[in-house]
Amino acid sequence: MTATDLIHVGPAPEQKPVFTGRGHDRSPKERGFRALLVACLAIGIVFLVVLLAYVLIEGWPRLDGALFGNQASQLRPATAGAQAAILGTLWLMAGTALISLPIGVLAAVYLEEYADRDKWYNRLIELNIQNLAAVPSVVYGILGLGLIVRGPLSLGPVLIAGAIILALLILPVIIISSREAIRAVPDSLRDGSLALGATRWQTIWRTVLPNSIPGIATGSILALSRAIGEAAPLIIIGVAGFLTFNPASMFDRFTALPIQIYSYASRPQEAFIVLSSALIVVLLLILLVMNSVAIYIRNKYQRRW
Amino acid sequence: MKISPTSRRRAPFAAASAAALVLVACGSGNDPENATAEGGDESSEAALSGEVVIDGSSTVFPLTSAAAELFQAENPEVQVSVGQSGTGGGFEKFCAGETDISDASRAIEEDEIAACEQNGITQDEFAIANDGLTVIVSTENDWATCLTVEQLNAIWAPDSTVSSWNQVDPSFPDEPLALAGPGTDSGTFDYFTDVINGEEGASRTDYQASEDDNVIVQAVSGSKGGLGYLGYTYYEQNSDTLKALEVDSGSGCVAPSPETVQDGSYAPLGRQLFIYPSAEALQRPEVEAFVSFYIENVDEITEAAGFIGLNEEQKAALQEQFDSLVG
Amino acid sequence: MSTATNTTGAGVSLRRSQPRYGERAIEAVLFLAALISILTTIGIVVAIIGPTIDFFQEPAVSLWDFLTGTEWTVLFADQNFGVLPLVTATLTTTVIALLVAIPIGLGAAIYLAEYASPRARKVLKPILEVLAGIPTVVYGFFALAFITPQILQRLIDIGTFSMLSAGLVMGIMIVPTVASLSEDAMTAVPQSLRDGAYALGSTKMHVATRVVVPAAISGIVAAFVLGFSRAIGETMIVVLAAGSSPNLTLNPLEPAQTMTAFIAQAASGDQPTGSIGYESLFAVAALLFVITVVMNYISIRLVRRYREEYE
Repeated sequence: MTATDLIHVGPAPEQKPVFTGRGHDRSPKERGFRALLVACLAIGIVFLVVLLAYVLIEGWPRLDGALFGNQASQLRPATAGAQAAILGTLWLMAGTALISLPIGVLAAVYLEEYADRDKWYNRLIELNIQNLAAVPSVVYGILGLGLIVRGPLSLGPVLIAGAIILALLILPVIIISSREAIRAVPDSLRDGSLALGATRWQTIWRTVLPNSIPGIATGSILALSRAIGEAAPLIIIGVAGFLTFNPASMFDRFTALPIQIYSYASRPQEAFIVLSSALIVVLLLILLVMNSVAIYIRNKYQRRW
Repeated sequence: MKISPTSRRRAPFAAASAAALVLVACGSGNDPENATAEGGDESSEAALSGEVVIDGSSTVFPLTSAAAELFQAENPEVQVSVGQSGTGGGFEKFCAGETDISDASRAIEEDEIAACEQNGITQDEFAIANDGLTVIVSTENDWATCLTVEQLNAIWAPDSTVSSWNQVDPSFPDEPLALAGPGTDSGTFDYFTDVINGEEGASRTDYQASEDDNVIVQAVSGSKGGLGYLGYTYYEQNSDTLKALEVDSGSGCVAPSPETVQDGSYAPLGRQLFIYPSAEALQRPEVEAFVSFYIENVDEITEAAGFIGLNEEQKAALQEQFDSLVG
Repeated sequence: MSTATNTTGAGVSLRRSQPRYGERAIEAVLFLAALISILTTIGIVVAIIGPTIDFFQEPAVSLWDFLTGTEWTVLFADQNFGVLPLVTATLTTTVIALLVAIPIGLGAAIYLAEYASPRARKVLKPILEVLAGIPTVVYGFFALAFITPQILQRLIDIGTFSMLSAGLVMGIMIVPTVASLSEDAMTAVPQSLRDGAYALGSTKMHVATRVVVPAAISGIVAAFVLGFSRAIGETMIVVLAAGSSPNLTLNPLEPAQTMTAFIAQAASGDQPTGSIGYESLFAVAALLFVITVVMNYISIRLVRRYREEYE
């Protein structure tokens, strides 16, 4: 590295770091390391491509409008659709997101901004949330069956019950990732805001939260991705595997795509296997749309300090 | 570093809420239930509406779903939903009054009957289809065509150490035995172990177990010495990659087929599949219409769903049972 | 760390002479939000504890046998209640999954955060996140129908079900969790740290591994812990890929049934409610809960000790 690398005259460029140690970047060790990292990324992406190709090839014959236009059928696999399941999943995701995101972010705000770490109850909450992330989804199903579908709330196996259970399932993920996002906002911003006379809440609402949106968006992507594919808790609370009417309110019975997929995939007839692969593609499409909204938000607010 | 003005931040949020509201507003559902119906038995003329809730065995699930589909074609205002929580799970919900009909691949048990009685649920057992548990081997298996019940017992008994085909019968080649079968939670497992090993749940534990019959098909068809058992429908759908063995229970080798299962000659692996409606639910016209439809069209339904139907005797008994439960 | 002080050195309080009730109310609302997690845990404990106690009160069951027994044949006629086979299976599959997910996830994260151009990052990160959205049922079937026959069985002598197959696929499923969260943490590290390191003559690799990763360790460890939690609690993949036969072994080439697989099997099947088989699933769930509490407690203590803070 020469002296001219160290001296930079003129306005600082946006985003790109000035000093990269470029001279050393071509050493074999550097190249090897970089290649290793690329390999890591590549493994993940290759796997995804293979999986998608596998599913697409399997399901291609049935990727047609009938999937959306027709209801499920046990007897006519060639024309069976999954309208009720598609709508059910959409409603369920909307409900889950509306319940889990506000609660999750607010809980993260509390834990990061207000909670005194030395208090035992705050430490307990922390440990608790981390533990809940490891509880199998089946157990949430049992919890839901005992306390939400029956028991005190007695809602029955309807959309709102499913949304609550899935929201509880993904809440730990949202809280943990939102906490990290909030924690990453530099204190200088908070101090500046407070110094200007803002209250704590104003600081959070107008400074901290907007700057932690990217991390929160990532967390919500991962969390909702998990929720959209969950079948086990829904089956346990008694969500139907076969129904052919669309939900009209959050208190209606419903079915969801993962259940429909699993249902079709366990049938022996080849036509159903094809159908279930096609539905997997539909599920991934819905997921992509959901994710793009979050990704758009994330990119808009992304900044490097 | 600029602090984002709040208005910019609000825009995406507003868009998301608007989208959510739109979703809520345009649920293209049917009208919610209003249980009016004119006439009890003339269901084809009346505009039946309401809901029928069914849950239970995953084996019976395709059959009942087929019935629901055909029924709803004629009665579009009735909302039928069918779940597959398993026979035990289905009975639990049924005896708690949460479902109208329970699907079952085994008969209801004592404690379940007690639970139903405790909650005032009167039920009856309707056998609506036959099933034959089929012993399957790979198509590469060219030495075996028939096994006796004793041989099956020797293979599957809890303390069995049989690991190759020539231990089953000396005339068979020395091919390693690769066992596959349903997991302990399926009615198929319960029934097979009961009739072959003499006690429900009594089985060797070192076989490839799966709740998904497609997996059993794959395991057996992919291995020359494979042996497994599953419901007849799954064998029939995969008859190009599987071979069914005949079973000899003392009076000669009998191959599984709709006929031999129906007339009872495919023993002891023939069994029945059930639905359990509750008398209380049958008070509602839409439930009564559904069960009545199911019974009257049981042939068409079992054939459409690929199951083995009832013989004449069984059908007559079914009709009688229905009449007495309703009447 | 993030709580501002309200007094200056001279002892003059900058706090308002009257408390802001609005602020207090907001704090209360936030506390309630955080409390929901406690309520969830209480709910889970309530739902599990009853049948678990019933299980251990059954004459055939003893806590000692449960914890040390080596055969688990609860749903067979000849019942054995040793839970160790389920525990070893859970352990083995989780370890394999983490061995896959942590290197790949961290490697991908470092690349995305430090090496990739912003445009590449905007495209590659969401692609990786799609992996997180694939239903676990699909992963399971994929492992069974493709990974095992087409890849594993061509390389080694392995059966239809194996812990290796389940662990590998589970690891890939967790990669987005580890990668995306680690990458977020690394991106949030102030550029000034990197610049300082470059100014001192560091190479890019040094900066990435010795400056950024330690600075972001809090977020990275959180990502690992979430990944671990996901692995240990995963149900469908292990059911479909590792099988449903309990097997006391650490050999990943063999099939086995994990704790979660057993819970799923018993909860969705034909067990009459109230039977010993049904109760056993609650006991296994309780054990899993206890194990995760212990592991999480240890990890929180470790993180607290080694976390570095900036600003």
